[in-house]
Amino acid sequence: MDNGCFSSPRHDAFPAGLRVLVVDDDPTWLRILEKMLKKCLYEVTTCCLATEALKKLRERKDAYDIVISDVNMPDMDGFKLLEQVGLEMDLPVIMMSVDGETSRVMKGVQHGACDYLLKPIRMKELRNIWQHVFRKRMHEARDFESHEGFDFEGIHLMRNGSDHSDDGNLFAVEEITSIKKRKDADNKHDDKEFGDHSPMKKARVVWSVDLHQKFVKAVNQIGFDKVGPKKILDLMNVPWLTRENVASHLQKYRLYLSRLQKENDQKSSSSGIKHSDSPSKDPGSFSILDTANKQQNDVAIDSFSYSDGSLLLQMDATSHEGNLKGIVSEPTTEKRRGSTGDIPDPKIQKSSQKSLNQPFTSVESSEANHAVFDCTIPTQYSWSEFPKGPLKEEQKTLVQLEDSLSQLPLHGNGTQHHIHVDQSQSIASINSNPSITEEEVAAKLETKPLYAGYESDYVSPVSSIGSAVEVFPSQSKSLMVNDQSSEPTFTSNLSLKAQGFNRDCISDLDFYQRNLLLGGEVASAPLEEDLNFFLLQTECYNMNFGLQNIDMSEYYDPRLIAEVPSHFYDSADYSSVDQSLFIA
Amino acid sequence: MDRNQSRRQVAAMKQSLFDQGLLDEQFIQLEELQDDANPNFVEEIVTLHYRDSSRLISSIEQALKERNPLDFNKLDTLMHQFKGSSSSIGAKKVKTECNLFREYCRAGNAEGCMRSFQQLKREYAALRKKLEAYFQLARQAGPQETACRSK
Repeated sequence: MDNGCFSSPRHDAFPAGLRVLVVDDDPTWLRILEKMLKKCLYEVTTCCLATEALKKLRERKDAYDIVISDVNMPDMDGFKLLEQVGLEMDLPVIMMSVDGETSRVMKGVQHGACDYLLKPIRMKELRNIWQHVFRKRMHEARDFESHEGFDFEGIHLMRNGSDHSDDGNLFAVEEITSIKKRKDADNKHDDKEFGDHSPMKKARVVWSVDLHQKFVKAVNQIGFDKVGPKKILDLMNVPWLTRENVASHLQKYRLYLSRLQKENDQKSSSSGIKHSDSPSKDPGSFSILDTANKQQNDVAIDSFSYSDGSLLLQMDATSHEGNLKGIVSEPTTEKRRGSTGDIPDPKIQKSSQKSLNQPFTSVESSEANHAVFDCTIPTQYSWSEFPKGPLKEEQKTLVQLEDSLSQLPLHGNGTQHHIHVDQSQSIASINSNPSITEEEVAAKLETKPLYAGYESDYVSPVSSIGSAVEVFPSQSKSLMVNDQSSEPTFTSNLSLKAQGFNRDCISDLDFYQRNLLLGGEVASAPLEEDLNFFLLQTECYNMNFGLQNIDMSEYYDPRLIAEVPSHFYDSADYSSVDQSLFIA
Repeated sequence: MDRNQSRRQVAAMKQSLFDQGLLDEQFIQLEELQDDANPNFVEEIVTLHYRDSSRLISSIEQALKERNPLDFNKLDTLMHQFKGSSSSIGAKKVKTECNLFREYCRAGNAEGCMRSFQQLKREYAALRKKLEAYFQLARQAGPQETACRSK
């Protein structure tokens, strides 16, 4: 099969030819599953180690349509793998286990599994797994509608003529386009818009800073507990936005908040924001920023300005690869910029992990932490109750600027996460305010670390921006993630400005400008905080930013392009942007 | 006739394995997967299972020797894997015993674990023996039709 999922002939016979990656340490089951899947006419690849599976997935991002993994594996926890895959590759993941305890199943769903199978597994259960792939694409396609930066290439992918699904509606290119224009099509297009096309990749709406600010304002106005997409949509008064876009964004926001909160709870609030619940460095784990200083190779971090809030870069991996190409480095990559030592381990709750790099803990490290976000798009999440609570800062450090961010006061909790979406090409520097005082940070922290939460949830590449906790307005953190399958990723350019953060630090820092386009939603830092967040939008073409370098794949390539506030803009910095940050 | 007789015998033996509760549906699933491309699929799977399960049994045995105190977590983990492997061929009774063992682990009941493990080994050995006899008979009877059963 060639690479583009949609362009391969395989699609014509969908679901036959579905490319499945099976991961299980039990050799007997691996063989059985392989046989079963082959009987379903799927293309099967087997792995007995999670690390091996990740490697395969990363090698060719669009080589698989769906992943099936066991929960208990020796080298890596299945849930972790689930998260990573969701974040980096944005593929649907099915969990399986011989243990069917409700708590386990719940955990699977929480981490973003789109299904949880109990062993012994029946053939008929496997026959239907294609629905998860299909569903995901449908949701993505739905996003087109509100997507401004519609990627026609993506549409182009939709095949005309793949009509074999018995069930149904595939999308037609024309339909998609028209849907795109449609305003608020709640589910209408489900039934009628699509002709026979194979599922296409989605286009994402880019949640710009302003947009996100509006969103957050609306949410706060309504009251976090009573919030609902329709209400928000009405309040926001953005004509082209649809209810689905909002719903998806809300979901991510919630996840982000809850995740921040979790992280805050878990993290010891040492000065460094370090997420260490999961080994950051472990290949499987998503470590947002490797504290290793990648800086050197990275963009000249020195000039990064990061916003102290969390930049939530969401990258929607719209591209079928689903990963943020430019986004934050995957755990294994050393994209991260030399981040401070405390690179938090990305605790991405959701499968989608955004590699958030811990915002630098200014306290200890003066280096700027570059938050590398990883834009893997989160897999769907199911509704789950997320722990609420004020989000602590512990956000994944999105971007850690290495620069003399020492100013950034990072207090125990509040790690400023700066997300530097560092796109190899030109990345707008995200300004982070290193000089956020602790109090500020603390204050900010409450506001949800948008990005952090988003990342995980986001199906779309999310570059979680360092959750500047403070940046976000304190919102009830309990965001529930709902609507897992859809993640409307907007491809508009999001530029987050973390105003709050820009305080003094910014001026001190060289601002690293980059335009990160994050495909997907990027939660903007609480506007009220006046933070500048850069939203990375992967898909979005950063035309505005002029980051042409972003290598847009045919599909939306999640590239993080963060739009930097103009004052941060420093074209000179572009060159220094470290490409490594973005996965091309 | 001879052939038919053999086949009937094989079928009867298989049926008795089911009747005795030694095997469950999964075994039939395996038979259904057997086809021209993999004519000995069931045996192949069972062999894989034996290999994996013997290894696990040794590990459990080893872990049970390291008493004072017993590492229940480790035992539970190992047994979980063993259970997974047993489920792959449909070893019903063995699986039940696995569950019991895990209960004892969770309760921290060392004696219970030991007893349960002994029982488990017996069940495991019994099944293995019967399956070997079954496969032998099946081979003698010649290629059989794939199990047909309405799904």
